[in-house]
Amino acid sequence: MAEAPGLIEARELTKRFGDTVAVDHLSFSVEPGRVTGFLGPNGAGKSTTMRLICGLDRPQSGTATIGGLTYAQLPRPLHTVGALLESRALHPGRSARNHLLFLAETQGFPARRVDEVLELVGLTAVARKRVGGFSLGMTQRLGIAAAMLGDPFVLLLDEPVNGLDPEGIRWVRTLMRQLATEGRTVFVSSHLMNEMAVTADHLIVIGRGRLIAESSTDDFIKRASERSVLVRTPQADRLAKLITAAGGVIEPEAAAPGNGGGTSVADGLIVTGLEAPRIGELAASESIVLYELTPRLASLEEAFMELTADSVEYGDHASRAARGAEPDAGSTQPAERSAR
Amino acid sequence: MTTAPAPTAPVLATPAGPSALGFGRLLRAEWTKIRSVRSTLWSLFAFVVVAVGFSVLIAAVISHDWNAPGNHPNHARLLTDPTAVIYGAGFGLGQLAICVLGVMVITTEYTTGAIRASLLAVPKRIPMLAAKAVVWAGLDLVVSAITVFAVFFLSTSILRSHVDVTLSQPGVLRATLGGILYLVVLGLFALAIGGLIRHTAAAILIVIGVVIVVPPLVSLIPGTIANHVHGYLPTIAGQLVAQTAQQPGDVLSPWQGFGVFCAWTAVLLFGCGWLLVRRDA
Repeated sequence: MAEAPGLIEARELTKRFGDTVAVDHLSFSVEPGRVTGFLGPNGAGKSTTMRLICGLDRPQSGTATIGGLTYAQLPRPLHTVGALLESRALHPGRSARNHLLFLAETQGFPARRVDEVLELVGLTAVARKRVGGFSLGMTQRLGIAAAMLGDPFVLLLDEPVNGLDPEGIRWVRTLMRQLATEGRTVFVSSHLMNEMAVTADHLIVIGRGRLIAESSTDDFIKRASERSVLVRTPQADRLAKLITAAGGVIEPEAAAPGNGGGTSVADGLIVTGLEAPRIGELAASESIVLYELTPRLASLEEAFMELTADSVEYGDHASRAARGAEPDAGSTQPAERSAR
Repeated sequence: MTTAPAPTAPVLATPAGPSALGFGRLLRAEWTKIRSVRSTLWSLFAFVVVAVGFSVLIAAVISHDWNAPGNHPNHARLLTDPTAVIYGAGFGLGQLAICVLGVMVITTEYTTGAIRASLLAVPKRIPMLAAKAVVWAGLDLVVSAITVFAVFFLSTSILRSHVDVTLSQPGVLRATLGGILYLVVLGLFALAIGGLIRHTAAAILIVIGVVIVVPPLVSLIPGTIANHVHGYLPTIAGQLVAQTAQQPGDVLSPWQGFGVFCAWTAVLLFGCGWLLVRRDA
């Protein structure tokens, strides 16, 4: 195969459930050797996207491949991809060991490997207990054990820290970092910006099934914590020169929308690096007419805030993330359920 | 919860062997699945207890009341079609446990979410369904064979003082083996409906409706067409193979009837597989 075996590629993935569009022409790629965070509010389509990558759901259009192959084409899927999709993807009456044993048997892995992964996640003592009695954290650990069963070079983890205690959260973070350091692909979803800020090297942000941003975590935080100013003026070219000379940056890709009437009587500029009063002074010094001068949040943050408006705890995520603050364990919320 | 160990380096070397998923592995995995849940044990236990218990009870009552007035129709049936009398009562009720387990073998995967773990391991899906059907049919065959033969020998020994029924009599061995085959195909019939419906209670309701509710309703409809419809119903046709001799009103021969039952089951299994690869898991 021509592509790196650990490269995940989504191309124009679209999935509808009835009238609801869960994933909307979503394209991205996930590179090996780093932790890629998959960020978005609950219901953004993260779980559905992961299920599409694993072939559990069928997209209406588009493709998802792992190393150039669809999931169903993988010769020994659990050896290539380890997925933790839903914590309760198991029969409550079956013991932890038997759950892993049947999975191992489908791939021809020895039973010894089952005991190894149980040891890895710290469930050896309860290996023969029925999983129906497990706590959410223990179930989550069992799910991680199932993902690690085939020693895969791609890991898909949907809200893996959900339900874990602080020690468990730290353990999962360390595990993900180590797996990425070993050159594996680690693709981990979360609806918590803070969790991703401390875990992920790279971020893919989606909202309402669409790609919002794909960038390194550092760039994302930098942008999200920057403020911008919308300026509307009939003399945009002159003002742009002044702003640039004063150290401001005109956002190239963010063309501001025209006036309400639709007639473009004045061009909008989105400026970062200068505060609104300074821009006003610059304009006044050259007698440039301003129609509008509005401080605003960076577009990325704005989009994220708008999409996460109904989820709590996001009030000051940018500043906390920028400081690299660790989220407290209590901030993890119940994992999202895929839209059905 | 024990203290979480520090993550260690992966310990599994690249597994040796062929890359394709061998069917034998899937059979082993399905065997692990079916033996590791309690519903399997309880359903089969219920099947054996009900089938053996009722059969022995009926045989004992027939034997006890042999000379009672008005019992002659039973004698006539016992002489012309002994296996229908011997198997009728116990398996008529006991078969419901096979229906329930056949449904649950697949629906519990959906209701618990275990199907997603299964399909992550076997993403091509059809081999998983095939392995599940083979393992369930095999288990059903072994348990049914033991139970049917146990019922045969227990019941015939109870009735021996009045009527001697042996496997060497015409049609008796065929009917006995046919009864076993009927229970195996019935298990697959239930599995197929479970796979189509994917919901335990609804699927059990439908299977039991088809097995014991619909036939008497259809037989109430007058006319020869209704009689033929009744004769082609899955379990009505399937049970013919467990009769020693053709009865008046049977529209199919024993093996024709069994073939009709197999055809129903094959169509449903095909539909089950067709939907399995197309539906979201």
